[in-house]
Amino acid sequence: MSLLSESATPFCSAANPVEQFLRTERMPHIWCPGCGIGTTVNCFASALLQSQLNLDKVVVVSGIGCTGRVAGYVNLDSFHTTHGRAIPFATGMKLANPDLTVVVYSGDGDLISIGGNHLIHAARRNVDLKVICVNNFIYGMTGGQAAPTTPAGAITSTTPYGGFEQSFNLPNLVESCGAVYVARWTTYHVRQVAHAIKEMFRKKGFCFLEILAPCPTLYERRNRLGDGLDMMKYYKDQSEVRHGAPTKEVGISYQGPIVVGKFVDIERPTFLELMNQQLARTLEAEYTGCGGDHVRS
Amino acid sequence: MKASPEGVLTGVHFLDGDQACSEGALAAGCRFSAGYPITPSTEIVERFAQRAPQIGGMFIQMEDELASSIAIQGAVWAGAKAFTVTSGPGFSLMMEHIGYAAMTETPLVIVDVQRGGPSTGLPTLPGQADMMQARWGSHGDYAIIALCPNSPQECFDLTIEAFNLSEKYRVPVLLMMDECVGHMTEKVVIPPADQIEIVPRRYTKLGPADYQPYHAGPDGVPEMAQAGEGYHFHVTGLTHDERGYPAMNAEAQEKLVRRQIEKIRGNADAIEHSEETFLEDADVVVVAYGITARVALRAVQMARERGIAAGLLRPLVIWPFPEKRIRELAARPRVAGFVVPEMNYGQIVLEVERCVKGQAPVLSLPSAGGAFHLPEDILEKINHLAPMAKEAR
Repeated sequence: MSLLSESATPFCSAANPVEQFLRTERMPHIWCPGCGIGTTVNCFASALLQSQLNLDKVVVVSGIGCTGRVAGYVNLDSFHTTHGRAIPFATGMKLANPDLTVVVYSGDGDLISIGGNHLIHAARRNVDLKVICVNNFIYGMTGGQAAPTTPAGAITSTTPYGGFEQSFNLPNLVESCGAVYVARWTTYHVRQVAHAIKEMFRKKGFCFLEILAPCPTLYERRNRLGDGLDMMKYYKDQSEVRHGAPTKEVGISYQGPIVVGKFVDIERPTFLELMNQQLARTLEAEYTGCGGDHVRS
Repeated sequence: MKASPEGVLTGVHFLDGDQACSEGALAAGCRFSAGYPITPSTEIVERFAQRAPQIGGMFIQMEDELASSIAIQGAVWAGAKAFTVTSGPGFSLMMEHIGYAAMTETPLVIVDVQRGGPSTGLPTLPGQADMMQARWGSHGDYAIIALCPNSPQECFDLTIEAFNLSEKYRVPVLLMMDECVGHMTEKVVIPPADQIEIVPRRYTKLGPADYQPYHAGPDGVPEMAQAGEGYHFHVTGLTHDERGYPAMNAEAQEKLVRRQIEKIRGNADAIEHSEETFLEDADVVVVAYGITARVALRAVQMARERGIAAGLLRPLVIWPFPEKRIRELAARPRVAGFVVPEMNYGQIVLEVERCVKGQAPVLSLPSAGGAFHLPEDILEKINHLAPMAKEAR
């Protein structure tokens, strides 16, 4: 900790430019060596830096799990909510104060399994949320159990003889539910991840970024896939950039090819835009607007 | 402060309890609700969905009760006063988020219009069997406040009180209605806005550099910040220190949980709200709440007509339980015993027994719900105890 605080002084030329976005007093973080979550946070911080957003108006909402801990490390208003419920919490927050840029930052188990119902409905409603889903194919925090994203054939602590369930194709899932921005990258693609987050900051509506990230401790080790570096090599060798690829073609198989890129970038009115239109049309002069200063006590 | 006039439908109305509850929320300054349909509570949000957009508020119908009960918490931290309403199975689904609100000290109101259970039970008929669930239903140790109205007028009044208590103590407050009270239609008087007292949110006056989100004042209640105001604060359901940061150790757990329980327990006298009828000279004390209290009042009147000195203690705030008052009554030599009718198989009667400590008999008059008690059944229990009263004197 002392090293970090020293590096933050103006006399140290090696100060990391993203440090201002982190709660350095909370370091060291809980993530394992080789874990990809920290890399994604670095990309997120770079995107914040480059976007020049008013940081007072950016909120991070996380659920539970390893990625759920991101909220606790970013130096922003941050909410570490209940398991699976980051999206509905964020929905309430965005509707009550539309001035906020609300980022949902959580893992695959949290957002897709226990939170799956909220994911599909928020995409359908086109609530203006920036969802960052770190997909490490596994439940990390609880010790490496199978997730709905675990590719068939992988060994996990609850599929010791190999999994056989079909996993979700996340870009296809959220696109079919109505997301206006859908992209996938891996933690090998740090510039592309930061760029995608910047694009999401500029985009209105339900945005979804899947970031494949290694879990060397629980996924790679059990499947004898090596360490974090070996996963980087896998991502490098097997990733194929296909912007605009039809999302039904981007499913992931065990150690198979990974289609990355921006798949969806469309325009569709958001929940709040539609609500305001509808209420203005029906209530006419009686309607003076909802949200923001109207609902804040 | 006084209520904001645009939310207050001043006048004399003919409303059911559900509608009156909705008007109470609007009068209290609530402008955000998220809900999921469930009988017999839905009319509350139906009215809110109609009324709120006319005064700058909004309703969103969420995909389930888990979503509703956490969406309101997001809205609260963004600055809104917010509530959700439910019943039966929906209340069970909201339990985790009652615990989250208790742990994060998020002021909000959850209305449970109780129906017969367990499981799907009796969706259209009354029950009072969620009383212990309201107190203990989420895992871990925590304290909440719960109120029990017995008329549409009280559904209005106590909804305002629920919001005020939630803001004063930064705690989830549960309004424990029942299907009878929710669906009965009566006169409801809504006063002018300047006669309605509203507790505003306790926002910190400190700047971001000095602010600690979970540093409590002398009453055990920390002051809030609002997302988007530059405080860059952290909120977590994990055990946390005064900065709001996770603190995974026994000391932090003891300090936090003790304070959160003590801010309610230690202020129980200020929170307490009961109505007493004929208690001054009572030989037999009936303890009842919600719709059952209205039946119990009739039974007490019938007993009085027959020369039995019965009285009624009706807690409007049921949690924290009015234990001090029950102890005082139990210590009176002339009090021969207590009768506790309720639409469950013995929940609040356990609290009465706990407080009476064997000083007098406590008779339970349980029912599985579906229909409220008859005054005659309560009178019969009063009659059991009446002869003992003479002996005591």
